[in-house]
Amino acid sequence: MATTEKDAVTGRYTTGHEWDGIKELNTPLPRWWVYVFYATIVWSIGYWVVYPAWPSLTGYTKGLWNWSARGDLVTEMATVQAGKQVWNARFDGASLSDIVKDRELLTYAIAGGRTVFAENCAPCHGSGGAGAFGYPTLADDEWIWGGTLDDIHQTIAYGVRNANEESRQGEMPRFGTDQILDAQQIGAVADYVVSLSKGASDAAAAKAGETLFAENCSSCHGERGEGMAALGAPALDNAIWLYKGGKDAIAAQIANPRHGSMPAWSERLDATTIKQLAVYVHSLGGGK
Amino acid sequence: MTHATMAHGVQRDASPYLEDVVKKFALAATFWGVVGFIVGDYIAFQLAYPVLNLDLEWFSFGRLRPLHTSAVIFAFGGNVLLGTSFYVVQRTCRASLFGGPALANFVFWGYQLFIVMAGLGYVLGVTQGREYAEPEWFVDLWITVVWVAYLVAFAGTLIKRKEPHIYVANWFYLAFIVTIAMLHLGNNLAVPVSLTGIKSYSLFSGVQDALTQWWYGHNAVGFFLTAGFLAIMYYFVPKRAERPVYSYRLSIVHFWALIFLYIWAGPHHLHYTALPDWAQTLGMTFSIMLWMPSWGGMINGLMTLSGAWDKLRTDPVMRFLVTSVAFYGMSTFEGPMMSIKAVNSLSHYTDWTVGHVHSGALGWVAFVSFGALYFLVPVLWKRKQLYSMRLVSLHFWIATIGILLYITAMWISGIMQGLMWRAYDSLGFLQYSFIETVEAMHPYYVIRAVGGLLFVIGGLIMAYNFWRTIRGDVRTEVPYEAPHAAVAGAR
Repeated sequence: MATTEKDAVTGRYTTGHEWDGIKELNTPLPRWWVYVFYATIVWSIGYWVVYPAWPSLTGYTKGLWNWSARGDLVTEMATVQAGKQVWNARFDGASLSDIVKDRELLTYAIAGGRTVFAENCAPCHGSGGAGAFGYPTLADDEWIWGGTLDDIHQTIAYGVRNANEESRQGEMPRFGTDQILDAQQIGAVADYVVSLSKGASDAAAAKAGETLFAENCSSCHGERGEGMAALGAPALDNAIWLYKGGKDAIAAQIANPRHGSMPAWSERLDATTIKQLAVYVHSLGGGK
Repeated sequence: MTHATMAHGVQRDASPYLEDVVKKFALAATFWGVVGFIVGDYIAFQLAYPVLNLDLEWFSFGRLRPLHTSAVIFAFGGNVLLGTSFYVVQRTCRASLFGGPALANFVFWGYQLFIVMAGLGYVLGVTQGREYAEPEWFVDLWITVVWVAYLVAFAGTLIKRKEPHIYVANWFYLAFIVTIAMLHLGNNLAVPVSLTGIKSYSLFSGVQDALTQWWYGHNAVGFFLTAGFLAIMYYFVPKRAERPVYSYRLSIVHFWALIFLYIWAGPHHLHYTALPDWAQTLGMTFSIMLWMPSWGGMINGLMTLSGAWDKLRTDPVMRFLVTSVAFYGMSTFEGPMMSIKAVNSLSHYTDWTVGHVHSGALGWVAFVSFGALYFLVPVLWKRKQLYSMRLVSLHFWIATIGILLYITAMWISGIMQGLMWRAYDSLGFLQYSFIETVEAMHPYYVIRAVGGLLFVIGGLIMAYNFWRTIRGDVRTEVPYEAPHAAVAGAR
């Protein structure tokens, strides 16, 4: 058996073992290490006594404080709800126009609307309602389904082209796919539509398109392409496009139109929240 | 070395130590390490600049992320563990590897095949979707066979040892091998859709599945990245310092405490989820009790340096080893702290977790591995010295700065993210939307990726140093002053 030896640096003896030249000192456990270890054990036992801890076949030890995460959640949510209740009551009794006249309610509605918008609406409509391809900009004064407080409220609550009965409906005919117009006619109408906002690129073609437009499009989009909010027919006389401008993109839309959809938010958010959202969106820049 | 240690260095067994396979593991570790670091840094840049996903499914973050984690943990870390364990067990048992070259080579090539199958699977979208256990059932079965062969080779060598006692490093290696086998089998219980198909479904569902996954996930950290690398520390630190291990008693007590307590700590990954409160309590309290057992390894590592601290100045390899132990101490304090529910409610799901993992993975696991590899390469290839000690020092500093950039960026980003998520305005509404927190984190993602790049460069410097060392080159450079004759071994 190997013998122990004294280490010159530390003054400790070795254990007498040796492996590939490695020896071990017989140093006792550091006191502070032992005490801190014991302290963590004592603390843990204390924690087990007061909190839910050990399982059994039929349940688990509930702890002296009878605490549960779910209980905590219920309490916290109740506190939040109670705080909101005061405000909710004021919103319940107020119409949208009342809200925008009351400085306090307006501030609260915009703050609440901003939060809800950022989590629910911004994914499609962009931060601050900047818009994206296929998703209308909400920060300008162009409104497909109307820009008054009530219009906006209606659109948010029931959405567009979804299964909700109150949903805004309305689709443009497929002029190309359903062979209502031929390719040449569609090109002419597209040229005319371009001319409404930018001036004709091909004056003769646009002229030909004018008649076709009057016969096929004006009943919804208006005689001069000014749009009709009641039908969700966008104005065509400004340079704002949902699916890109330019002759080709417009011709594609006439031939086989895309139709976006928006959820009915009343199915997911409460009435107060939707009011706040409507006020917030209305405040973004272009509310009428 | 003293005469005594020289005498022990000479093997008394008739058959020589198997070192060829250790060489292969060292080369594989270096190769996979560099690959894993590069992929990791690439995905770090992807988080800062999503355009780097290239709109190609094979390059998407979702597929490259498991490629990175598996490459660094299992390919780099695994090859270091397997290679050093074969080296250490032979020398500390004074016995050649059980099963001879055939078994050892089966373990080596079998393990590399596992790595390639797993990695190809991730890129092609074949995955179980279980963190750190992504490979599908057929890969799981294959690695089980390889792992049993590994256990046989390791335990067989222990059994035929010529030393009366089993050295502490081997306790840790054995705990690592056995526990990883158990975790792997438990977490991968799955039913294949068909024997000819690649898809399988977990035997567990819902919260049971989550708990099984994190029992595995946390103990993969505990037994792969902690116990295994503590084994490396217990051999290479005293060996390089030429000092006796600080405390035999501490090594026994902290070993058993660590092994017993670690296995309970997994539920702290599921705080404030559907996991029952009592399980969360146990996960948290056992994590707290794990603090001192973890620190036992740090104390033994650092205090072994008593009488040899000057080597930090004269031996850059020692710097890697000692710094790794310091990072180990820091992350094993941070871990229990983050397991406290109040802290976890802020840190969970944020970059703080990512920073914590990397202070352990880069600072501890990679640094102790670098130290061991720098020790091993000249020994295995019978070179008098490394090609360049100055390059080791350069690697050390560049990687250390990289780690510091990485973890400080993630601390700031993570804590900011957590605070932004819970911030309310004066009227009681949430202050920030999710996308605003993402925008706020961008600068820190850039800093983190730059830190990662430094770490990659360090890895490349090491690979170059090894290549020149193996070729037998010695760089003309100002040598480090010779360390004072170690008072250590001298009697």
